[in-house]
Amino acid sequence: MKHGKYPLIITFLVPPLLLYGIFVLSPYLQAFQISTTNWLGYSATADYVGLENFGNLLRDGALWNAVKNNLILLVLLPVLTIALGLFFSSMLNMGGRRGTAGVVGVRGSGAYKLVYFFPQVLSVVIIALLWKEVYHPNNGLLNATLRAVGLPAPTWLGDPRTAFWAVLAVMVWANVGFYVVLFGAAMQAIPKDIYEAVMLDGASRWTTLTKVTIPLLWDTVQVAWIYLAIAALDGFILIQQMTDGGPNHSSDVIGLRMYNTAFGSETKFGYASAIGVVMFFLTLSVAVLALRASRRDRIEYS
Amino acid sequence: MTTVDTSARVSSEAGAEGRSGAGDRAPRREWGVVNVFSHGFLLLWALLTTLPLLWVFLSSFKSDGEILSDPWGLPGALRFENWARAWTEARIGQYFLNSAVVVAGSLTLTMLFGATAAYVFARYEFRFRQVFYYLFVGGMMFPVFLALVPLFFVVRNAGLFNTWTGLILVYAAYSLPFTVFFMTAFFRTLPTSVAEAALIDGCGHFRLFFRVMLPMAKPGLVSVAIFNFLSQWNQFILPQVLMQGDESKWVLAQGLAALAVSQGYQGDFSGLFAGLTLGMLPVLGVYVLFQRQIQSGLTAGQLK
Repeated sequence: MKHGKYPLIITFLVPPLLLYGIFVLSPYLQAFQISTTNWLGYSATADYVGLENFGNLLRDGALWNAVKNNLILLVLLPVLTIALGLFFSSMLNMGGRRGTAGVVGVRGSGAYKLVYFFPQVLSVVIIALLWKEVYHPNNGLLNATLRAVGLPAPTWLGDPRTAFWAVLAVMVWANVGFYVVLFGAAMQAIPKDIYEAVMLDGASRWTTLTKVTIPLLWDTVQVAWIYLAIAALDGFILIQQMTDGGPNHSSDVIGLRMYNTAFGSETKFGYASAIGVVMFFLTLSVAVLALRASRRDRIEYS
Repeated sequence: MTTVDTSARVSSEAGAEGRSGAGDRAPRREWGVVNVFSHGFLLLWALLTTLPLLWVFLSSFKSDGEILSDPWGLPGALRFENWARAWTEARIGQYFLNSAVVVAGSLTLTMLFGATAAYVFARYEFRFRQVFYYLFVGGMMFPVFLALVPLFFVVRNAGLFNTWTGLILVYAAYSLPFTVFFMTAFFRTLPTSVAEAALIDGCGHFRLFFRVMLPMAKPGLVSVAIFNFLSQWNQFILPQVLMQGDESKWVLAQGLAALAVSQGYQGDFSGLFAGLTLGMLPVLGVYVLFQRQIQSGLTAGQLK
């Protein structure tokens, strides 16, 4: 049986390993090394400066401003997206009125699921440009609507007070549909006799949702939380395309700081890599924290 | 997964029908009131999702004058010349083709390397297996930003800067962690008895993989291919760093971003809307046709 095992293992494993090692692992490892140098771009000279870059990071006001925005996203994006996702998916999957104790989907749930998922298949660049036009102060869809009903029409992306929140709204808009479908699939997997028992006991709809459905979905919610938290630490494409961090740095995020430091007017590769290392540890600790904080006993049916 | 839950639903519905007595009349009334609300909210979100897309689509037929004067109005005529202008002058057509070439190459490479590596991890015992596996899968945790600067130089030193080959290799490399993770789990769910029988019958290890295991893994391969297709098609950060100069080689996302910038100078609103529509329609069309597969393909990755 063992005959001929190793030729296959080597042919199947070495090419992917090489590709992955060259383009993924080695850049990540080099990034840690570059972050301890004062490398200024295309010249060959890069001196080891130890942790100086990280010391400078601590005094970098622009970076802290970006970190603050990412932390706001980190709290609000998962909360809003998961709340809306659970709300809509419970409506879709258990809002039906017919006999089976309210565990059937509403009429047309298929059409809703089709439409809600639209943003998920569009590229983030398209979403960003589309919403930039929707937010356009003069000829955008949003302000046209507001003017039609006689409300004031703000400049949205042009106003430091609203730009960040306008982008956050787009992030939520783009993510909710995916989680409606994800939670919906998990809800369908809950055995229906549980709901029948709950209904026989006379539980209200709200009690059913909070005491039965959500606890049973906890694994999925936890996964959603981690993915959204990681997405919240990014946000680069939307911000770059919609506001470029402005106006007046009001919507800046760490990814954009890093990108502009490395590939903007100045090519401070050492410093940019240090920002990347900070992002790495932020992402890692957020994932670990989310796993820890939401750990519960796993529920398995049957 | 889907087959299991439909059968469960059928059996529970059959059971519930026999039991619909007078006992659940009170709860039913309460839930009925909520139903009106639920439909209202569901409809509102459906409008929020579709209106912006529909607006861009309609605006792509408008003249610039119509766009500026009346954002809510309908186009006076079906001006397909906007689409033609975006397709040729803004080169959306060419960028579309470029994206197709790059993704065709990178998706093939991703699936080939991902499936073979995952198969080895799932089905063979060898030294350092766990180490290699976690090395691959660990890549899912890293933010791509950390790698950008060194990656730029790795690609440039390999002579692959501003080339499609470079993009193809890099796309595939960054898709491997998830693909390996997903496919390893999938290969592990396949029964071992078939493989053992084939080996006893004298089937070689390579033949076993291509003739027996790969066809058996088709559902998993389709899911992960859909996932990878969308993420590679929509990729923006990697080409922005690795394909900076040569405009004629740009991918679609870059072309659209550039169109938005030049629109800002020229005020060609209709051209931008037409470009966005051209970028959206094919993806949405494919999605509507294969909705079930795409939704389960994208969500399966997170449920595993």
